[in-house]
Amino acid sequence: MLSIDSDLVEAIIAHARRDHPDEACGVVAGPTGSDRPLRLVPMVNAERSPTFYRFDSIEQLAVWREMDQRDEEPIVIYHSHTATEAYPSRTDVAYAAEPAAHYLVVSTRETDTVEIRSFRIVDGEVTEEEVHVTGRE
Amino acid sequence: MAIDVRIPTILRQYTGGAKAVEGVGDTVAALIDDLESRHPGLRNRLVDGEGLRRFVNVYLNDEDVRFLEGLKTPVSDGDTVTVLPAVAGGGIRR
Repeated sequence: MLSIDSDLVEAIIAHARRDHPDEACGVVAGPTGSDRPLRLVPMVNAERSPTFYRFDSIEQLAVWREMDQRDEEPIVIYHSHTATEAYPSRTDVAYAAEPAAHYLVVSTRETDTVEIRSFRIVDGEVTEEEVHVTGRE
Repeated sequence: MAIDVRIPTILRQYTGGAKAVEGVGDTVAALIDDLESRHPGLRNRLVDGEGLRRFVNVYLNDEDVRFLEGLKTPVSDGDTVTVLPAVAGGGIRR
């Protein structure tokens, strides 16, 4: 299960809406081993594409180094699908390289509703998990 | 002195769990060959035929070697080489 604060979820959705129709992507960092996503880092989609995303490599190095210095890791890796459902595509599965991360997928294909789902992707195997949004009264 | 090589979580199975290893070589390609001699299997995860695998990022200090000379990029003692898996994907229609 992924537990994540509602403010972070709102910020991820806002980022996905802002970049629509291109895919948006980013990470939520948290203390290593804590499984607690705390610090949102929206990333540039170097592909600027409606069907593909890739973190800009130089930005990724800077963000990964900063996490290292703060003893953090990428707890959540998020991206949006802008014309398909919020389920990992074959490309998502093929390139997933962080077995400890929660892969959060947001679909912005509908203008009035947003679909947000979370998955573990380990060795090509996709397992959906519950998203527990915290901090909501 | 040697070249400090930072290994991402997903490739630490080849380094006995080590986050960083040392290597020698005049170029990125030679460095990877040197690492392969002690960490068999690592090269195949980094190199595909003549070039770097598309979804692996290799940095020399602060630069992506793709924007330098790729595998031919010169390296020297005291440099840091960082390997990171690219973070990529997308909702391509089937």
